Formats: sequence, structure tokens, C-alpha cells
Amino acid sequence: MGRLMKRFSHLFLPLSVMVLLIIINLVKGADYFRITMVNGAFYGNIPNIFFGASELVILSIGMTLVTAASRGQDISIGESATITSAVFVQYVLQANEVTLLTILVAFLLSSVVGLALGAFNGTLVSIFKVQPMVASLILFTGGRSIAFMIDGKLSPILANDLSNKIGTVIPGIPIQTPIILTVVFIALTAVLFKTTNLRLYVEAVGINPNAARLNGINPKKVIFLTFLIMGFCSAVAGFIAVNKAGRHDSVNLLKLIMMDAILAVAIGGNSLNGGKFSITGSIIGAYTIEMLNRTLLRLEIEPAMIKVFKAVFIIILMVVASPVVRASITKVVDKIRPASVQREGSVPLPIANRVGKKEE
Amino acid sequence: MAGVNAIKKKTRLSNSNLLFLIAAIIFVLMYLFAIIMYPGSFLQFQTFFDLFNLNAPLIIMTLGLCIVMIGGGIDISIGAVCGLVTMACAFFLESGRGSIWGAILIALGIGIVFGIGQGYLIAYLEIQPFIITLSGLFMAQGLLTTLHKDPINVTMPDFVKLRDFEIVINWLGTRNRLGVFIPCEIKPGTIIVVILLVILASLMKWSRFGRNVYAVGGNAHSANMLGINVKRTMFITYVISGLTAGIAGFVYIMTTGAGNVGNAAGAEMKAIASAIIGGTLLNGGVGNLLGAPIGTLTLLVINELIRAAGVQSNFQAMVSGLLLYFFIVLQSIIMSLRDKREFTLALPPWLRLSRKAQGEALQHR
Amino acid sequence: MLGKTILEMRGISKSFPGVKALDSVDFTLRPGEIHALMGENGAGKSTLIKVIAGVYEKDSGSITLEGKPIHFKAPEEAQNNGIGTVYQEIMLCPNLTVAENMYIGRSHSLLVNWKQMNEQAERLLASLNIPARATQELSSCSLAVQQMIAIARAVDMDCNILILDEPTSSLDEDEVHTLFALMRELKERGVGIIFITHFLEQAYEISDRITVLRNGKLVGEYETIALLQIELISKMLGNELDDITSLKKHEPDVSDVSIPVFEAIGLSSSAGVRPFDFTIQKGEVNGFAGLLGSGRSESARAIFTADRVTGGEVRMKGKRVKIKTPLHAITQGIGYLPEDRKGDGIIEDLSVRDNIILTLQVLNGFFKPFSLKQAQEFAEEYIERLNIKTPTADTPIKSLSGGNQQKVILARWLLTHPEYLILDEPTRGIDVGTKVEIQKLVIALAHEGMSVTFISSEIDEMLRTCSRLIVMKDREIVGELRGSQLTESAVMNVIAKGGKNRWAD
Repeated sequence: MGRLMKRFSHLFLPLSVMVLLIIINLVKGADYFRITMVNGAFYGNIPNIFFGASELVILSIGMTLVTAASRGQDISIGESATITSAVFVQYVLQANEVTLLTILVAFLLSSVVGLALGAFNGTLVSIFKVQPMVASLILFTGGRSIAFMIDGKLSPILANDLSNKIGTVIPGIPIQTPIILTVVFIALTAVLFKTTNLRLYVEAVGINPNAARLNGINPKKVIFLTFLIMGFCSAVAGFIAVNKAGRHDSVNLLKLIMMDAILAVAIGGNSLNGGKFSITGSIIGAYTIEMLNRTLLRLEIEPAMIKVFKAVFIIILMVVASPVVRASITKVVDKIRPASVQREGSVPLPIANRVGKKEE
Repeated sequence: MAGVNAIKKKTRLSNSNLLFLIAAIIFVLMYLFAIIMYPGSFLQFQTFFDLFNLNAPLIIMTLGLCIVMIGGGIDISIGAVCGLVTMACAFFLESGRGSIWGAILIALGIGIVFGIGQGYLIAYLEIQPFIITLSGLFMAQGLLTTLHKDPINVTMPDFVKLRDFEIVINWLGTRNRLGVFIPCEIKPGTIIVVILLVILASLMKWSRFGRNVYAVGGNAHSANMLGINVKRTMFITYVISGLTAGIAGFVYIMTTGAGNVGNAAGAEMKAIASAIIGGTLLNGGVGNLLGAPIGTLTLLVINELIRAAGVQSNFQAMVSGLLLYFFIVLQSIIMSLRDKREFTLALPPWLRLSRKAQGEALQHR
Repeated sequence: MLGKTILEMRGISKSFPGVKALDSVDFTLRPGEIHALMGENGAGKSTLIKVIAGVYEKDSGSITLEGKPIHFKAPEEAQNNGIGTVYQEIMLCPNLTVAENMYIGRSHSLLVNWKQMNEQAERLLASLNIPARATQELSSCSLAVQQMIAIARAVDMDCNILILDEPTSSLDEDEVHTLFALMRELKERGVGIIFITHFLEQAYEISDRITVLRNGKLVGEYETIALLQIELISKMLGNELDDITSLKKHEPDVSDVSIPVFEAIGLSSSAGVRPFDFTIQKGEVNGFAGLLGSGRSESARAIFTADRVTGGEVRMKGKRVKIKTPLHAITQGIGYLPEDRKGDGIIEDLSVRDNIILTLQVLNGFFKPFSLKQAQEFAEEYIERLNIKTPTADTPIKSLSGGNQQKVILARWLLTHPEYLILDEPTRGIDVGTKVEIQKLVIALAHEGMSVTFISSEIDEMLRTCSRLIVMKDREIVGELRGSQLTESAVMNVIAKGGKNRWAD
């Protein structure tokens, strides 16, 4: 039990926030968990959170990797997604008849563009040693006007049956399509981590690139790879977002989503200075943010005030999680605890218990 | 001969000065290019002054941001705080009981409150600056819309006078197409930019605090060991940045005369871009405040050039991005070339000094 | 000798989560004395001086400075009370000028007087023979010069107490002597100096008194002249001595000398090492000897391509191979334990297990991760074999002591079963007990047929383990010693004579 707690201690923060939000919501109205069936699909508060957070979850996965390896953040993800989805929309629009193949090819095309954009940022960061935030500032500045150029006009409409299905629901399947896509994406991520050494490589590079290099890892390649993954994440997020919206608004699509994605990474218990990371934490963090947004709406807070509440909430969260506050809490706890217990804990452990974790 | 020697013995430029120099040279070249291409507009002093007149708030914000960045931090709340200040001032001035001095106090007050709050959380509670100032951004935007949603055009007579106030320089004018002489006009915002630039640049160069900021940005742990109060230094950088955002807000409303929800939206990213072009590195410890206006002006001149060339305004952002790309890559290449040379320079045999060689080295100074 | 003290510490205790670093330690410093603070790694020396310097707050106990009780909460306060500290790692700001680094954090005036500061700095640098200019950016100075600047800063502070935490580890012999001369001068002025070092000879050369700590506890305070070296070692170690003398080195089999395991011809690197030839036989232990900066580490790095190789060719068992990156070197069966453990060796936040399996994992390939069970088995095998003291394999490596961290890195390389292992200063900054263990291990490995290059700044250590020494000076090989030639004086001779004429013309 103790081991389990230790293993998941980094998830304590996002999970406790989630529980807190659920309690607030239940106090507001006991019907929080109610799920209704409309036209053969589930709707309700919880499904809405999963639906609304799809893009954010996918982007925060990429952001976690970029943060861990490069010790910085990509702030151009919303813009990348806007560009990739512009490519997607243009390909779909030029087709005479929109078939599944059209969508597939369009998605592949947009993914290639996403990878290219990731490569652009990745090259600057890994080869030119530019700080990630600075490197991605370029696409952040110019990205939306590139997307507009691809569109050729303001907000082209994506009106076809398939896009509608991808953005909302496929008849016969009770769960909204973006949720399914997100789950598939998370599963793919899990497979990626299971079948490769990505975690070890990324963490080693993020913690000590010199040592990583001397042990045969090429830090440049690893950082580049995380940006490629980030680019792909952007393409998927753009794909979902544009199909949800049904049109391509190059000015507002996923605007400022990098703020939420970075926040998700931080709430997930990850350091924004790279190193060890938890994807699970970031995913929970992303859902927490969406839940927070919707909770504030549900509490009928004046729309104008929502941002203020969000800010206050984040600040409280970060203060509670801050190392300084934690240290002083531990101090107080230590003082309350009887001296004998304290002493026992403070003796350096010899080689005694080397057994732990064996049964895994 | 002596001259040659003097140059050779001169200490090599610090990174801060080198990057600033690059920025300055490129700015000058670009401006010359602009003059050659469009002598009609860029040869007028008014065009140059208008760059300041219209963009004083951005330059002021960049100054504060540069200090934070040199200290190794980042402040992305500045645009939103600036916007909040414009609305608060407009609201106050139009409330019927407003006064100019009151508005100035409000502007400084809001800036300082944000600076103190964020600075405390970042410096003393050691929370990541990006997250805290992001919350600050949300907070300021939220307060802005809560305060008032619709634009407020300030009509208070005193304020209108201030808004329309200009310093006219008669001998620096030009004739327009009709042959009428138009003198050069400088807005008070430009004066404030110059004053702040002088004060803050001197602060960074000649004050103990300024040097401490460089030390903290260079290596916070070492700075602490050297006896610098790192937390307090960091705290003050954020207070200054909040303060400059407040001042920028007042200058903003002094220029436009209206409070608006969209005021200075996204200015933080422009400020970051300006700071980087001006030679301030995001890693901290490297930067020169004189680069802040240079960076901003470089971005602006490019945009003016594009407009003059008749390119659709939508593509201005793209060109800004390209410009940024150019600068970032150039800086990176220069820095890495420099590192490489430094590497070989630091290791020649005479550095493994025998005492005799040491003596020689000393004599040569 | 009796009477006056400037610093008295009584019953000082300090705990960190999980460790009691200091347990009721007493320490006394008198004016005008050089007081060596000795002990193994983890004995609590660094913690003790950090308490004095105000970096850590003590948990209990009392400190009196010139009769007044004090309680420092920040380095700033200690500095203002006349306590100057020079740390082992250089605590200066690379982006500031040399002069600024010497004076920042000390003045109380609001403004900086650049002209006066630069002049003062220039004078001080000249008086201490430091080859740097006041206006130069610190990052353009070599590490040794940076260390000297840190010392100059402390010296200039009119301090009554000067703390030197292993100041000599990055200095060469000349510089050490300059430093000692300086210390004696300060001593004359009545400054009390606390001197931490791992070099016993240095402690004997310069100190008046020695205080020994072991496991966070005080062992005792002794007059240096009255304490025999062997006694000092036994006090530092407790009782696990005499292993050193029993060490028997391995002489390689001369029969299969024909094909060397590794051979380099005309190798040179971007770190400025001159083209050199080098061979090593199966089961041989050899070493690069020379002063710091002689190129001994740079040669090792060139072999492993830790620095960019700029010329030359390399053969493994007679076959020419291309080694362009450390990964190539690893796949060819070369291992390299770097000099800078913290900067190049450990991945500090990762567990001991991940640190051990890292290189083997990389060799195994990106797409073939070990199962947790497999990794755990690997880790436990080597934790046991090398006697690594860690609570679990899951513990982050950063919470281990220096010696145990070094063993983890050794384990990492042994796990890859290299044919040729390069150990660059494997015993630096670690306790004597572990030093002996590592030397024994090297010899045992050679017996098993591994070729080892062993580099150390302590020549006697190399003499004990190596059967051949390659002597370097000014970044090139100036001689080679083997068999009966292997004595300390022979090495010194080669260094002193070697390569001298090169710079005459």
C-alpha cells in the first residue's frame, strides 16, 4: 500500500484537485454525474468534459515530452494545429466527393505538415540551441497568417457528413467521436512507451544531456524527436478541432491553447524545467482544466469573472504545491510527531531492504 | 603601433554587448534600406518619431520585461496588465470625479500590485514564473472585462488636452505634397520612453541592484553564495516589470484616449520578440536595456516596410515571424562560433602557465 | 597557543531528510592558524562549513564568533561578519566580469564605481599572480583561473575567517604553491583558515591543526606535528585500513602482446590534444600520468570521442574501426567513466536502477526496452557485487554519497562488459575506503582480461595499479614508464624534463 502511494505520489495534486472540483459540483447540484442519451449518444457533464478536453489532452501529451527533453515549452502548438488543419480542410474541399479515403489522405497530409512544423521547431532547438519558447515564438507569430494564406479566405466551411461524424458522433456508437479518438491516441502513446525506451532517453536528456551523450544517447536526436511528436500531436488536435467546429477559423482556432497545455503539464506534477515526467499526470491535468472551466460555467459565475476565478484557482493550486510551502508543512508535521518516530526515519538506511518492488 | 596593440589587448565584448551591437547594426542597416526604398516616408523625421509616438507602450513594457528576462525570469502578464490599466484609467476619468493625477496613481498602483503579487509568489514561494504570470494574465483580463466590457472614450477636458498635447519641433519638419510645411511632433509618451530608458539602463549598468540582476540571471546559486539576496532581487525585477506595465497602460490611454477590452492584447509576445531581437536572452544573464527599443523598432520598421510595399496586412505577422527567425538563427550562429573560438582560445599551452609566462602575461597588460 | 579563539562551535547538529549529517560536533578555530578539516566523504565536513558560512541553518548547538553568539541565516550575513568562503565548485557568475565577480555582493553603496572597482581588481590580480584581466568576462577564463579568482575574492574581504573547501582540486602544482604562500601570508595577518582537502600531504604541508570527522561525528582535534599520517588515516577510516598495502597489481600475459585490444594512431581532438599514438593490450592496466591540464583527461576523451576527434585512426584488435560518437565507441566495447561525475556521469534524478542499466539499454536499442523485472535483476546484481550502499534500487542516485554514485557509474559500464574500460579520476573526491575498493576492482578486472586505462591525479594510486604509465605534458606524450621504472620520482623527472625545449624556440 505504502509502495503504491509512493508510486503515485506525483498524481496526488491533480487528483485531489479533481476530487475537490467534483465535490464543488455535487454541492451545486446532485445531478452532476447524470448522463443522458440523446440520439443514441451519451451526453452530460462528464462526457462533455471528455469531449471538450480532447485537443488539450493530446497537446499536453506532446507538451510533456517537449518540456521533459528540452527543458522548455513549445508555444506554437495552437498555430501549428491551425496550419495543419488548414491543409486538411483544403484537401477535403478540393475533393469532388468526400469519402473516408479523402479524409484519411487529408489527415495524413496534415500530419506530414505537422511533422514538418515540429521539425522546424526541433531543428532550431536541437541544432541551433535556441530556447524552445523562443524558437516556437516564430511560428507563434507567423503561424496564423500562414494558415490564412492556405485558406485563401476567412473561415472556409467544412460541410460534409463525414466531418460532422468525426466532430460529433457516429450513429450507432454512443460515445462522441473526439472522445474515442482521444482514447485511441492515449492508447497509442502507452504502446509507444511500452515498446520503446522513449521515457529513459527523454528523461536522461532532460536531466543531464552531457551524461546522456557519453552513454550513447544523442541528445539532439531525442529533442528533435520530441518536437516531431509534438508536431504530430498538433496535427491530430487540429484535425479534431476543425471537425468539431465545422469550419476553419484561422484567427481563433485553438487560440492560446498552449497556455492551457503548459498548465496541464504543471498541474500534472511535472517540472517545467525538464527531467522526470508523468504523462498520466498531464492527461489528468488537462481534464482537470476542462473540468475547472466547466465548473466555473456551471456555478453561473459571470462570464467576465471566469478568468479571474481560474487565475485564483491556479495560484492557490501552485502555492499548495510549491516546494517552499511543502517544506514548511513538513516541518510543522515533524514537530507535531513524537521525537522517537522522527529519529527512526532519520537514520540512513543501510543495504537492508533491497527487496522492494520485486514482485512486479 | 601602439594603437594596434591597444585594440588587440582590449577585452573582448561581453555577450550582452555583442548581441546588442548586432541588433543595433541590423536596425541601422534596415532603416537605411527603408530610406533608400521609400525616401518619401522614411526620410521624414516624423516617420521616425511616430514609431515612438505610436508604440511607446510596447517599448516601455519591453524595458521592464528585459529586466525580468536578464534576471532569468519571464513575465507574460504585462500586456494584460497594460490593458487593464487603460480600462481602469478610462473608467476612473469618466466617472466624473476623476483627475489626471488620480489616473496616474491608479496606473502605477495596479502595476505595482501585480508586480508585488507575482514577484512574491515567484521569488519567495519559488513557483514557476510562466505559470504565475499566466495566472496574472488571466486575472488582469478577467478584471478588465469585469470592470467594463464596452469601449470607453475619455472625454474629460483635462485629459483630452493631455492626449492632444504634442511637442512641436519647428526646424525638423517637412513639406507635404501641397508644399505646406508640417513641423515635427513628439508625443509625451516618447519623452516618457526616453526618460525610462535612461533611468532603467543606468540602473542596470551602474547600480548594485542592476548588477545583482545580471548575477542572479547568470547563476542564481552562485549569486546566493556570493552574498546576493537572490529572492529579493528577483522580487524587485517583477515589481519593476509590473510598474512599467502600469506606466505603459497610462501612456497607452494617453495616446489612444480610450479604454478598450482589446487594448494591448497579445503585447506580451510582441514584447518578448522585441527583447529577443534586442539581444536579451531568455536564459537570463545576458541583455542590454538599450536593445529593448532597438528590438521593438526593428519589428516596427519591418511592418512599416511591408505596409509601404503594399502587402496585405495579414502577412505582416508572417514577415515578423521570418524576421524573428533570421535574428534567432543569426544570434545562435554567432554565439556558437564564439563558443568554439573561446574553447580553443582558452586552451593554448601558454595558459598552463609556468611562473615565467605568467610574469610575461602580466607585463603585457 | 592557549586561549584566544575566533570561532567556537559546540554541539552542532544538522539533519537532512533521512540523514543526520552532523551529530553534536565541536569545532574551534584560533586566530592565525590553518586548521585542516579532514574526513571521508559524507563525514560532514561540507555540512559543517556550510553551517559556518550561513548556507545551512543548524538544528541545534551554539556558535560563537569572537565571543559573541551568532546565528546566520544567509551567506550574506556570514560574509558581513568577516567569514569568507571558497567552495569546491566554483560559485561565481560566468556572465559577469572578473572584477564584478570579486566585488559583487560585498558593497553596500547603491551604485557601482566601475573605474575604482576595476583598478582595485587589477591590483589584486597582479599581487596574486592571477593571469586574468579585471574587465574580462569570467566565462572566458579557464577553470583554474576562475578558482583563483574565487580565492582572491575571499582573500580581499578582510575576513577573520577564511574557509577553503577543497580549493586545490582544480589547481596544478604551481598554483597550489601560490595558494599556500598566500595562506601563510594571511596566517601571519591573524586570519583563521579552515582548509578542507583530500590530499593528506597538503594537509601536512600547510596546517597547524587537524580536526577529523567521521560519519557526522567528531573524532578529535590534533596538532598536526603530533599526528602520524598512518594514525590520521586510521582515524578517518575507523579501522578498515591496511588494504592499501596488500594490493597486488596484475602484470599482463606477455604472450598475446601481438594484437593490441585497442590502438590509436595520430589521434587528436577539438580539446587541443596533440596527435598521439596509443596501444593497450588485453588484461593490461595502464595510465595517463601528468599534471592537471597536461592532456591526460583530454586523451581519454579523445579515445572515447567524448570530444570531437579531429584526426587519426583507431583499431580494435587490429581491425580499423570508425568511431565518431560515444555510441560507436560503446558498441566497439569501450567504456568511459568521466572525470566530472556530476556533470558527465550521473543522471541525478533517475533511480539507481535506471542509472545502472542506462548504457546497456542504449546498446540494446531504442525499440527493445528491458522489462522492469530484468532491469531490477541487473541492478541488484551489481548493487551486491560492488557493495553499493543504497536503500533500494529505486532510490534516486542524487541521494547517494559520492563514492556510491561512482560505483553506480562503474556498475553501468561493467554491465556492458566492455573489452576496454577508461577510468578518468574514478577516485576523485571519494572516501579512502571506496578508493581502495575501486583500485582492487580494477586489478580484479584486469585479471579477468579486461584492459583498463586508469587516470588519477594521485600518482601513488596509479603506481599501485598500473603496469605502464604514459606521461603527458602540455597536451602531448613526453614519456612512457614500465616495470621497475615505475616510481614517483621517475614520473616527476619525466614531467620536469619532458617537452621543455618545445617552447624555447
